[in-house]
Amino acid sequence: MSTNSEVADIKPPAINVGVLGWVRSHLFNGALNSIATIVVLLVAMKFIPQFVQWAFIDSVWFTSGQECHEAAGACWSVVTQNIRFNVFGYYPYEHQWRPLVAMIILVLMLIYSRDWKKWNRRLGYLWLVALFVMGLLMKGGLFGLISVETTKWSGLPLTLLLSFFGILASYPLGVALALGRQSTMPVIKAFSVVYIELIRGVPLITMLFMSSVMFPLFLPEGVTIDKVLRAQVAIIIFTAAYVAEVVRGGLQAMDQGQYEAAESLGLNYFQKMRLIILPQALKIVIPPTVGVLISAFKDTSLVVIIALYDILNTTKSILNVPEWTGFSTEAYIFVASIYFVFCFSMSQYSRYVESELEYKAEEK
Amino acid sequence: MVTTNEKSAVKTRFWNDEKTRGIIYQVVTAMLVAFIGYYLIANVQDNMAKQSIASGFGFLEKEAAFEIGEKSIEYSAADSYGRALVVGVINTLKVSLIGMVLTTMLGTIVGVCTLSSNWLLSRIGTIYVEIFQNIPVLLQLFFFYALFYEAFPGPRQALNPVSGVFISNRGIDFAVPAQHFAWSYVVTAFLAACVIAFFIARWAKKRQERTGWQFPSFWVGLGLLAGLPLLTWVVCGAPTELDIPALKGFNFQGGQNISPEFSALLIGLVLYTASFIAQIVRAGIQSISHGQTEAAMSIGLKTKHVLSLVIFPQALRVIIPPLTSQLLNLTKNSSLAVAIGYPDFVQVAGTTINQTGQAVEGVALMMLVYLTLSLLTSVFMNWYNKKIAIIER
Repeated sequence: MSTNSEVADIKPPAINVGVLGWVRSHLFNGALNSIATIVVLLVAMKFIPQFVQWAFIDSVWFTSGQECHEAAGACWSVVTQNIRFNVFGYYPYEHQWRPLVAMIILVLMLIYSRDWKKWNRRLGYLWLVALFVMGLLMKGGLFGLISVETTKWSGLPLTLLLSFFGILASYPLGVALALGRQSTMPVIKAFSVVYIELIRGVPLITMLFMSSVMFPLFLPEGVTIDKVLRAQVAIIIFTAAYVAEVVRGGLQAMDQGQYEAAESLGLNYFQKMRLIILPQALKIVIPPTVGVLISAFKDTSLVVIIALYDILNTTKSILNVPEWTGFSTEAYIFVASIYFVFCFSMSQYSRYVESELEYKAEEK
Repeated sequence: MVTTNEKSAVKTRFWNDEKTRGIIYQVVTAMLVAFIGYYLIANVQDNMAKQSIASGFGFLEKEAAFEIGEKSIEYSAADSYGRALVVGVINTLKVSLIGMVLTTMLGTIVGVCTLSSNWLLSRIGTIYVEIFQNIPVLLQLFFFYALFYEAFPGPRQALNPVSGVFISNRGIDFAVPAQHFAWSYVVTAFLAACVIAFFIARWAKKRQERTGWQFPSFWVGLGLLAGLPLLTWVVCGAPTELDIPALKGFNFQGGQNISPEFSALLIGLVLYTASFIAQIVRAGIQSISHGQTEAAMSIGLKTKHVLSLVIFPQALRVIIPPLTSQLLNLTKNSSLAVAIGYPDFVQVAGTTINQTGQAVEGVALMMLVYLTLSLLTSVFMNWYNKKIAIIER
């Protein structure tokens, strides 16, 4: 009997449980892994203290550029002192609350409509109202708001504007192209294929070049189109081709029975697509679609090259001021973190949708 | 009543007939596209005539009158636009090809790291992927370019991590073997070794399939690749003289220089694309069910054979198609060189457009070059994909 109680009293060896056990099984399981862990730790010990010293201990936060040049660490002042120009660019200084409110409305609306179960007619009207309010805030000219030219739109509002409308307009165009590519009519299919493959084969920058140097030649004399609008069109045309390929994947993944069932109900082509096929096909491609949208968002930074002042270009112009030259690392880290927040939340969203869809599939 | 019903069932109105409708839709679309195309072209001709811009590709013969900083072939400002554009294409190819190789290697390493059982490594891999994927590549290029100019000292105080290598804000300078007739023979020997090793591997595989006898073709091949050039080098008199970069005036002379533009572009593109490739590699390896590993082990294969004979061949099939599109993205993204002043094709074409005003031809050339590159890459990758695809028996 005594042996029994002894056995019951023996605890698992301390080395296999708790912190020690975790360390052993996650960091030192095997010779190779142990070496890797030690090397990583050594490198981290060399660089992390240096980085902390530079970024936090020796850094200056709210000084002039002059004092920055004397400081040993990071000069975050380049961000804090220029934050309003960095974010709003050339928008009139005293009216900068307007793009700020517009951006807040946009973000709140996006967060509110993240769940596709809420997507209904009411939300659609809400979006229309929100878009009108945002447009009014940006452009002005009504209700005592001073009108602001689009050439003054810059910084983060421009980045968000280009990406939001780029995404919004390219989506239906992309769906139409995907349907065209699946079409049985040879001419329409050929046009769609040529469009999609042509656009996907060239870099966005050629499209932007087209919009800035070639497009003016396309217009009859005397007609000019706003530079921002031209870049916007280039981004829409470009993104649509990628959306089309993603949607095509969804259409191909649909069971043939769905098409046949819809036809046997006597639905015509448009009813079949609108009521049966697209709602299912578009839903299963939400995750890759979000991927396309993330790259569209990142790609708006390319408008720097055709001299539009998005948030990346306002940063560059701050760095061109003699007082602030030499602090690119700090300024770019700030802009990078803004992009990161937007892209990371979008990719987390796509992961959430993916897990929801998988869960549904298993339930069936 | 019955007869009329039958009649209408047999003879539908022509606009209700699916075939006729299809033809009408198509004709209308084609006419619409043709009309828009005609309208745009007419406008272009009109505008060009008014601004007295020449049309056609005659400008390719004219003198370019601008310098290009980096060139792999002879070029001077007196040469033609055509030659300048060729220099640009070569620069694009150079950065793309080197970038493709490096990014595939880095991406694979990071992808394997994210799957590692070592907690630290998998964390670092995941963080790497998240950071580099979610920041625009252009911003990364600006960052690395600025880093070169601001963080690295001037040539006089150049960093010297290994003897013969100097890092300064003028780029990376490193020693190369001095001119000697031996080196060309060594390169030839290396190429010959590659060919021989390839045939040995093929022969060994065939023999193993026929008889089951194994041949250490990997070690023999490695020995050939290292030994043959070494032997040639010794036979030719073993020259050891190096061309070491030396500070003269404000810059280095001698050795080989990699410009900051090229380095920043390459580093940015490689790091950015690798984060996508890492995810592809991870998904590819994860797609192979664990049962495959267990089955392979249960028939007595060693760990390295489990990986090389069972896991990798299957994972590659999942990896290759998305990998192709990422490598194509790298090629297309190399056009961002224009933003940091590396003279790639887009930059040279942009300068040409600015000087001649022939925007239509310039943009058409840009599209043509990138379409060709895309097509070539996908043809190659499709060939490779077909080669490794499952052969159903």
